[in-house]
Amino acid sequence: MRDRVCIVGVGETEYRRWGGIPDRSEFQLACEAILAACADAGLAPTELDGFASYANDRNDAPRLAAALGCPELRFSGMVWDGGGGGVCAAVAHAAHAIHSGAADCVAVVRALCQGEYGRFGRVGGRAPARQTPGAGIPAAFAYALPFGLLSPAAMCALIARRHMHEFGTTHRQMGHVAVAARTHANANPRAVMHDRPLTLEEHATARMIADPFRLHDCCLETDGACAVVLVSAERARDLRRRPVHILAAAEGGEGAWGASLYTHAVRGPAYPSANAAPVARRLWAMAECEPPDVDVVQLYENFTGMVLMALEDFGFCARGEGGPFVEDGKLLGPDGTLPLNTAGGNLSEAYVHGLNLVVEGARQMRGESTCQIADAEICLVGGGPGVAPTSALLLRRG
Amino acid sequence: MMPYLPADLPRIAPGRDEAPWWEALARHELVVQRCARCGTWRHPPAPLCAACHATAARFERVSGRGRVFTYTIVHHAVHPLLADRVPYNVVVVELPDAGGVHLISNLIDVPAAELRVGLEVQVGFEDLDDGVTLARFRCPH
Repeated sequence: MRDRVCIVGVGETEYRRWGGIPDRSEFQLACEAILAACADAGLAPTELDGFASYANDRNDAPRLAAALGCPELRFSGMVWDGGGGGVCAAVAHAAHAIHSGAADCVAVVRALCQGEYGRFGRVGGRAPARQTPGAGIPAAFAYALPFGLLSPAAMCALIARRHMHEFGTTHRQMGHVAVAARTHANANPRAVMHDRPLTLEEHATARMIADPFRLHDCCLETDGACAVVLVSAERARDLRRRPVHILAAAEGGEGAWGASLYTHAVRGPAYPSANAAPVARRLWAMAECEPPDVDVVQLYENFTGMVLMALEDFGFCARGEGGPFVEDGKLLGPDGTLPLNTAGGNLSEAYVHGLNLVVEGARQMRGESTCQIADAEICLVGGGPGVAPTSALLLRRG
Repeated sequence: MMPYLPADLPRIAPGRDEAPWWEALARHELVVQRCARCGTWRHPPAPLCAACHATAARFERVSGRGRVFTYTIVHHAVHPLLADRVPYNVVVVELPDAGGVHLISNLIDVPAAELRVGLEVQVGFEDLDDGVTLARFRCPH
């Protein structure tokens, strides 16, 4: 599949703080993002014959195909639970479907409208006290809920605390991730935090959420949707935008990871980690390149500390060195040596469960970012860390 | 005695694989599942051994002695029932005499400033009013 499928269109709705889109349904936002991606690509929406998503997105493929008037639905893909870990896998599934001939034109979409469905980061507020395992409620949650381990922030805080214990990682080092994302958002008019600067000092003293994570270590809760459209590399040549090649894709993680965000049952060197090392090995092998070949990275930041571990897992630095690695300001674009999350990411652009990181990666490869890295040719996109499956993409400028 | 966290937090009813573990807690016994063929410990309970794939297993009583593997102190309540209970701690306890398996729990009667990785802890039991018992840990001294 290497280089054989391209992202040819990207689209998004406006992004607002959660509850900030009171007048449209989440399903409408999903459709609007797909329409925008098709318009960007110069494709009629009726040419779509497949849809992929992840994280149990409510806007299912059959409903999308019907709403958009597609003559035939040939492919629908949903990545098994793992939340934002599945974001790059959803793009990969679309690419595999196109490469195999199962479909010709696939949209990957993610929409969140918390004004309609309730706040993402609030657990059980509307749920019955006794829950049944199922989509979005893994059975393993039984071992976490009674102990107040309810939020991803607290779950990832446990991993980050262990990383601090083993390697001496500091909260201030995590601040470099938050400040880079915010600085990039300040240049991005679409970003929810566009007008809100952030300093390392503000990061260090913000209110505590789940120790060691303070407010600015945590992703946003926002409303909005985004989408990307993929076709074969052959077809991409005839479309209006510079194609963005899927150079490589990989998904999964350690076999023993299971539901470890809920159970913390995984032991050995994988804890603490982002659970991305196995994915990284296959990604670099498929692309036949190495971390120094990458010009810009988009790494899913559910929480800042997890990004330090993702940098280690992907091989930008050795295990345990993620903290010192970022202290020199290399994450700050456009001049840093490893610009990170150049539109602001989940921390400062919007929390579209990381699909906005794929959109930004594509924009970098087209030369259209609001924090454009000069002559960028290869972009790494890493999905949600600390979960299984996690996933990653390498994008290449066409 | 009031439990460390509200008893009516959301819960998931145990499935067939997990029920014996919760039933042992109700008897104030901390047990860990162990493969009857190769002896590998596992937690949470599972229908087969990941090491040898045997389905035969025992729930063995363990001492309840453990070590804090990692922890967090939660300050932001994501459930309305927790609004007046923050800050509270969540710990991952390693059980050295059960192959090092991890349990999620809370540490009772330990000030946040004294919480650290490596702390030696001992299991205790909190009975909730509906017949469910939780394993929560204390410092033995």
